[in-house]
Amino acid sequence: MITVAFDQNREDPRPYIEKAKPTHPSLIDTEHRVADLYGIINVSTVVWIDKGKIVRPNAIEYGSDMFTQFHGLESAPHLAAVRAWVNDGTIENADAESIKSRMMAPTADEQLARAEFALAWHLSQAGNAEAAERHYVRAGELSPFDWTIRRGSMPIRGQNPMGPEFFELAQEWDAAGKPGYVSESAKRGL
Amino acid sequence: MSETTFTLIDESRPIETTAHVDGANVTLAPEAVRAALGWELKPEGLCRGQVCVPVRDDRIAESGIALDALANALGRPLALDAENHVAALGASADVRRAQFASLEAPDFELPDLAGAMHRLSDHSDKKVLLVAYASW
Repeated sequence: MITVAFDQNREDPRPYIEKAKPTHPSLIDTEHRVADLYGIINVSTVVWIDKGKIVRPNAIEYGSDMFTQFHGLESAPHLAAVRAWVNDGTIENADAESIKSRMMAPTADEQLARAEFALAWHLSQAGNAEAAERHYVRAGELSPFDWTIRRGSMPIRGQNPMGPEFFELAQEWDAAGKPGYVSESAKRGL
Repeated sequence: MSETTFTLIDESRPIETTAHVDGANVTLAPEAVRAALGWELKPEGLCRGQVCVPVRDDRIAESGIALDALANALGRPLALDAENHVAALGASADVRRAQFASLEAPDFELPDLAGAMHRLSDHSDKKVLLVAYASW
């Protein structure tokens, strides 16, 4: 297992990592590089990789049922699937065409949103919050349900990621039919 | 129009270069583009290694390369803040689509809490459950 935290500094995920005492690599991605490379738009997202190949594409999965009421996903099916994969190599829908059909390639707007986010983060680090804010807003407009951008930018912008801006985003997402691979995961039983 | 320091973020890697900034128009010298991004202006177009991209925009010339024209020629998304002399060039959706179709897991290198660097490819002989999460 490799975990990657999309946080803007090492201190925010530190308490969780120190409490878990992981024996696997537990990494911090302040630039959201892995989000871009793997088309990740929400957390927690898992990708299964075997000998350098993706064998199960991006899916929202959880290690517990703490937030099942919110997103509707139970942890048990995925945990059982991981055990089967590790123990005897079993993977459902593992042929290449099936995997490719489930990969959600980004749109041009979503990639532009990532560039806007990178620019905004650079401006934030330079202390130019006013200019950064314009680009965070633009990134959110271009990719309105990329949670790594909209919710991920909340702590940087002085917003509470569990506060009013989060619930506003959650309502927007709910009203739009919960787009993204959350609903895809649920529909496909992945 | 005067030459000034300009930051070009290339897929999250900031590069300090120089550019002419005139309002929203940002122009780099071909040498600056070559040094920053590795693309060289040649008679056949913009070239990097064995790859050449044809140039059909006269704002890409030996006298200067307009940043938005460069992004367009390379098919890359451009986020620009000319006032603050910084821009970000992202990866194109086409590049990501082709990469996804290959099913190759892109390599990356990131630090852990102690600052030690780790690469995905260090585990290329194993099954890897890649889990992305956040404290927020």
